[in-house]
Amino acid sequence: MQVTMVSVALKQGQVTPTELCQRCLSLIKKTKFLNAYITVSEEVALKQAEEAEKRYKKGHSLGDLDGIPIAVKDNFSTSGIETTCASNMLKGYVPPYNATVVQKLLDQGALLMGKTNLDEFAMGSGSTDGIFGPVKNPWSYSKQYREKRKQNSHSENEDSNWLITGGSSGGSAAAVSAFTCFAALGSDTGGSTRNPAAHCGVVGLKPSYGLVSRHGLIPLVNSMDVPGILTRCVDDAATVLGILAGHDPKDSTTIQDPVKPFTLPSLTDVSKLCIGIPKEYLTPELSSEVHSLWSKAANLFESEGAKVIEVSLPHTSYSIVCYHVLCTSEVASNMARFDGLEYGHRCDSSVSTEAMYAATRREGFNDVVRGRILSGNFFLLKENYENYFVKAQKVRRLIANDFVNVFNSGVDVLLTPTTLSEAVPYTEFIKEDNRTRSAQDDIFTQAVNMAGLPAVSVPMALSTQGLPIGLQFIGRAFCDQQLLTVAKWFEKQVQFPVIQLQELMDDCSSVFENEKLASVSLK
Amino acid sequence: MAAPMLRWCCPGRRFAFARVGCGSCHRRGPPTGSTSNGKRGQSTVAQQPHITAQKPRKGEREWAAVVGLEIHAQIASNSKLFSGSQVHFAAPPNSLVSFFDASLPGTLPVLNRRCVEAAVMTGLALDCHINRKSLFDRKHYFYADLPAGYQITQQRLPIAVNGSLAYSVSVGRKPSQMVTRTVRVKQIQLEQDSGKSLHDDLRSQTLIDLNRAEGQLRVDANISVHRPGEPLGVRTEVKNLNSARFLARAIDYEIQRQINELENGGEILNETRSFDYKLGCTVPMRDKEGKQDYRFMPEPNLPPLLLYDSGSLPPGADPQQVIDIDRLRERLPELPRVTRERLVRQYGMLPEHSCALLNEVGLLEFFQSVIKETRAEPKKVTSWVLNTFLGFLKQQNLAVSESPVTPSALAELLDLLDRKAISSSAAKQVFEELWRNEGKTPAQIVAEKKLELLQDLEALEQLCRSTLEAHPHVVMDLKRGNPRAINKLIGLVRKATLGRADPTAIKEVLERQLSS
Repeated sequence: MQVTMVSVALKQGQVTPTELCQRCLSLIKKTKFLNAYITVSEEVALKQAEEAEKRYKKGHSLGDLDGIPIAVKDNFSTSGIETTCASNMLKGYVPPYNATVVQKLLDQGALLMGKTNLDEFAMGSGSTDGIFGPVKNPWSYSKQYREKRKQNSHSENEDSNWLITGGSSGGSAAAVSAFTCFAALGSDTGGSTRNPAAHCGVVGLKPSYGLVSRHGLIPLVNSMDVPGILTRCVDDAATVLGILAGHDPKDSTTIQDPVKPFTLPSLTDVSKLCIGIPKEYLTPELSSEVHSLWSKAANLFESEGAKVIEVSLPHTSYSIVCYHVLCTSEVASNMARFDGLEYGHRCDSSVSTEAMYAATRREGFNDVVRGRILSGNFFLLKENYENYFVKAQKVRRLIANDFVNVFNSGVDVLLTPTTLSEAVPYTEFIKEDNRTRSAQDDIFTQAVNMAGLPAVSVPMALSTQGLPIGLQFIGRAFCDQQLLTVAKWFEKQVQFPVIQLQELMDDCSSVFENEKLASVSLK
Repeated sequence: MAAPMLRWCCPGRRFAFARVGCGSCHRRGPPTGSTSNGKRGQSTVAQQPHITAQKPRKGEREWAAVVGLEIHAQIASNSKLFSGSQVHFAAPPNSLVSFFDASLPGTLPVLNRRCVEAAVMTGLALDCHINRKSLFDRKHYFYADLPAGYQITQQRLPIAVNGSLAYSVSVGRKPSQMVTRTVRVKQIQLEQDSGKSLHDDLRSQTLIDLNRAEGQLRVDANISVHRPGEPLGVRTEVKNLNSARFLARAIDYEIQRQINELENGGEILNETRSFDYKLGCTVPMRDKEGKQDYRFMPEPNLPPLLLYDSGSLPPGADPQQVIDIDRLRERLPELPRVTRERLVRQYGMLPEHSCALLNEVGLLEFFQSVIKETRAEPKKVTSWVLNTFLGFLKQQNLAVSESPVTPSALAELLDLLDRKAISSSAAKQVFEELWRNEGKTPAQIVAEKKLELLQDLEALEQLCRSTLEAHPHVVMDLKRGNPRAINKLIGLVRKATLGRADPTAIKEVLERQLSS
């Protein structure tokens, strides 16, 4: 059920914000084993719900999000609520301010249910590499997946074969997928919102760089980071984007032009659309199932009258290595502030300031983070800067120009896979290290961040295993609205099935007396 | 150390600074030990033979020194370069620290418009090319008072480049021998200051103050010596010089040290040194504070800084969002060089006097106020302001703004002098009274102390006559042909008039009486 519809239900008094809040809190408890949340801000949420309730009673709600439960990835600063980045370095760190996006949601009356799990400092593509442990994909426990598994293999132990969510915003994706909130904030640097969205069967939007403020988002790569939006439908993503978008005086990279909240039109005619299919995205690693769904989607557009053409983004193959240089360099720089002095973890040693720095950073960061810091500092050394960093910047420009050329040739939106395949079991995933995994999994998503373009992953269908597969739409810079309009049309055509978690939820439904409202949250 | 003490050090970084890199060449005479005549700028060997007190030994050639300065100057702004927190001198430690200043994760820099304007105006004043597009970079190093682990600066493409500053220095023994020199300005860049470390040796603690707003000027000097015609020598960098006096002393010392080292067959290391102002010498700094790889990287959170002029201003641009170089140029005050030239032209002032008036903050304004209110000759005013007034200030270590004597009071005093109502010596006395600041006007003081010149010629004749009668042996002396005896008589008469008579008038009367 769409946020705007819940908003109507709230206005009509069919349900109260407190009931909605308690319902989600109860689901959070019920699905605790998913490890989607690092911190559940129960008291805060209930208090916010109480205030929202007062507003609804008086008849003046703050907007569509008033009283709506949301979750926030644990790399956004939240005033008074611990913000860890799933790292020992920030364990216990309580920011004194809210990230701009968090503040905007709170100003709209949204209820903050908690902070969601991620890979340490958002470095990863599985949500498996944080100090609070991996996030489990709710689809592992879905009726759809379980039934297929029973057909396919009978011997394997079900519990040990749970699936990863993808990452790094896996906690947010799982939280939305498991109905514990209506929308969640993720972050997207190389695909961290779209990848878990695809694996968890939800919508994952990466807005244009500069459209949404990064102030308060603990950075991974400043020049590529964008706050991401995870929702259960495209309309909800548009609703949240309408609230978050716009200039922020605290972030000099945000656009100056004012942005107004918007509602997506329902497209009935796609005949004027030109959909580009980048040929370089047809890689050997692409699973046949994703490949065939991608073709099916292209055919769908074509059959409905859209122009579908093959296009070329010739520098795509350099994207991974280019990203590696730029990402690790900025990481090395951004992580320099974690020295144990002002905030966060500090080691016990006090031999010298230098020894304290070294021990603090060794204890505070995991191997992935330390590895990236090390590589990044190598690339930034005076003797390497020209050969690595400057070259990577040039390649980045070429990659960005690829997109410009394609869009200049008349393409409105690009259609690509989001991931190589459906979600894999954790045991399978950890056979490769984080770096290899990140390089593989970001292949379709990363170039978009280099170019600062908007992109959205929309769930299309279930695989033969009963797992969600998402496709990605990429739009022109700052044409987020057009992008979402196309995504909405597609969403309507494919009718992606709702996750069936009945077994998991059964004894929760008693919280609701009104059966209709039980479906409000469950559907 | 016997007593517990707090030692503070500035390890080489300042907040909200325009960084001015200058290059200038100083050539030195031979290292024969006589180069220390105390004044910098006199060291240009070719034109200044007087510093070569001893002739070069046979086969020995002169040395040339090359000096480049990196000047860190704090911008007078209300808030910091990249955050909205205030800038106040001597505020309590860490009382003016925003979340950004403390480098809390997720905070971003926001460029302060006023600082950009100040940098552009500095660039214009120094005749620089103003870059229409400039970039910000991160300079990385770990230090306790650098909370982000990097400093935001403008390394690659700074806001202004290729400027020059012409200045006059006196050469030779007479101060009036002024020559004009030019120093080239390589670049001006906006740079974030670091915090301040306070080392508590007793408790082996380092305390950090992130206010980052003190110390208006700091200079690092890069110095090398070479034989003219040969490649430049290896340079050393003397860091953290915070006064012009120490800067001059440090450069002089370092040039001499390098020459001595090379003459004795030693070599110069490319190292960072500090100036021990008590011992008057430079000493090597610990290695880690010296050379290191700063791993420069573009600052991704600040878009390129774009500046416009009236020709390139985008139509309909919000004046709050853009900076127009031409409008800043209009706001530039008269530059010191122009002021000095004007003073010389307008008041017939000596060039060195025009320099002196501009070297003291507020002195020119004081001078101009006096000029406006008095009928006295500009030369007289100049002399009083530069000798008497400035002398009193210097003696008591006061700024012009702290002076107990107002321009109006001095103007009135000079008027009295101008119409010969008082003698110059009486004027000095009046000035001393004014300096005591008891709220009296010069006229009141003159009246009270009976300092007005004796205008009654009859009375003066009388006094002269009685003086001659009372000192017959001096008169005899005079008549025997000692010309100095007349001065003694004048002195005696002046004493009798309590200094109120003009010595020329006395002399006239005496001579008339003696010859009659």
